[in-house]
Amino acid sequence: MKPRFCTLSASRIGLCAALALAAGPPARAEDPLSEYRRMLGDDNPAELTVARGQELWRTPRGPKNASLAACDLGLGPGVLRGAYAQLPRYFADTDSVMDLESRLVHCMATIQGLDRDAVTAAAFSKAGEPQSDLEALAAYVAEQSRGATIQVPQQRQQEIDSYTRGRALFYRRAGPYDFSCATCHGADGLRIRLQELPDLTRPEGARSAFAHWPAYRLSQGAVRTMQWRLSDCVRQERLPELVFGSPVSVDLITYLGVLAAGATMDAPSLRR
Amino acid sequence: MRSAIVVWVALALAGCGAARKDDAPGPGGRDAAHADPAQEIRASFRARGQAGLDRLQQSEMQQLCSRERPEQLPADVRHALQAEALASVRYPEDGRWLGDWQRGEKIAQTATGLQYSDPPEAPRGGGCYGCHRLSGTEVAYGTLGPSLYRYLERNGRSADELQRTWGRIWNAHAYNACSVMPRFGDAGILTAEQIRDVMALLFDPASPVNR
Repeated sequence: MKPRFCTLSASRIGLCAALALAAGPPARAEDPLSEYRRMLGDDNPAELTVARGQELWRTPRGPKNASLAACDLGLGPGVLRGAYAQLPRYFADTDSVMDLESRLVHCMATIQGLDRDAVTAAAFSKAGEPQSDLEALAAYVAEQSRGATIQVPQQRQQEIDSYTRGRALFYRRAGPYDFSCATCHGADGLRIRLQELPDLTRPEGARSAFAHWPAYRLSQGAVRTMQWRLSDCVRQERLPELVFGSPVSVDLITYLGVLAAGATMDAPSLRR
Repeated sequence: MRSAIVVWVALALAGCGAARKDDAPGPGGRDAAHADPAQEIRASFRARGQAGLDRLQQSEMQQLCSRERPEQLPADVRHALQAEALASVRYPEDGRWLGDWQRGEKIAQTATGLQYSDPPEAPRGGGCYGCHRLSGTEVAYGTLGPSLYRYLERNGRSADELQRTWGRIWNAHAYNACSVMPRFGDAGILTAEQIRDVMALLFDPASPVNR
């Protein structure tokens, strides 16, 4: 049984996807998603979130009543085109390597005067809730890099160090299950249950992963970001909670981004 | 045996220390915090639910196996890891190896337990299907581990085989140093009673694994 009654309605996508995934044993693991992509055509519910992100970017907000037009994502204040394809990178004003999401928090705090902790605490929307401001902004900024070539910079020593640490962290085993990232993402063609796992030790796998986040997740009916992706992996590794925008999270994203060099950004995408 | 591990860890740590001294840390800010990986890691996690920060602390085994190519560890270190793992295995005292395969199937199907999102009091699963094919009729199985379908037919049910399989579930490193399989008994993920049930899933002729 294929859920043909499913039409493009943002609130229903998650349910439909669940039905599609439950509709019987698929011959191949990616079949339900391929089928769903086919039904959606070029429509991705993430477009709604991108539109909200654009609104949030342009509207004066916060105690300082400022828009984010002056936010520098690495290519100059307000320059969005291609910026996401070159993050994480080193920022002199914070003297640190930052990914898109921690940089957005920085801009919201410094330019708009919003409370950093409040923004961070609300970073990931909960099931059934509207997307968070950060998720919407991340989706919007990512959209401005669609088609751009991934080139996460490795010029500054801090950027090289971030990659080196991220790579070591990728293999670091800990917790009651002894898991590392490499446990599940260390070889090609593996899957957990029916979920195919990208090999994130090789450029091909890293490219496919890096190019597609943020993504609209059919199983959750919501746009999820790279920070969320890492955080949920870490939860399943049986480790404590990965702090949003933390050094470990940024280093892992740097590792992935450097490995993904040369691929074409295609986010927000559609994921299971 | 154990001395091989100790020497290896000491050498590895000495090597890291030397390498780090050569890396001049950048001025101030987060970069300074990064000079100590342990500090970076502690600062990046928050205790939540049943997952405390103590879980970030690595055991000797975890440290040794956190290499890109653990299979390239020196043979004596691998042997020492396996010997230590084998010594950790606690076999059933009453000689009862097999429990109830139906309960075993449920344990194999359940992947929750020990995540900060899991209620600590809920029974933990083994999540076997996450990585292994078991029952012939369950198509949603992962491929990180080998297929265990028709386990009885392929391995028999000798005393040695029962002991070996129990040992692999209890602590897979006993037979394969730096295995990616969790130490279900040694790490206290499953109880001995639950392991009996999983053993029955593998060895009972009536189990869907063997039918």
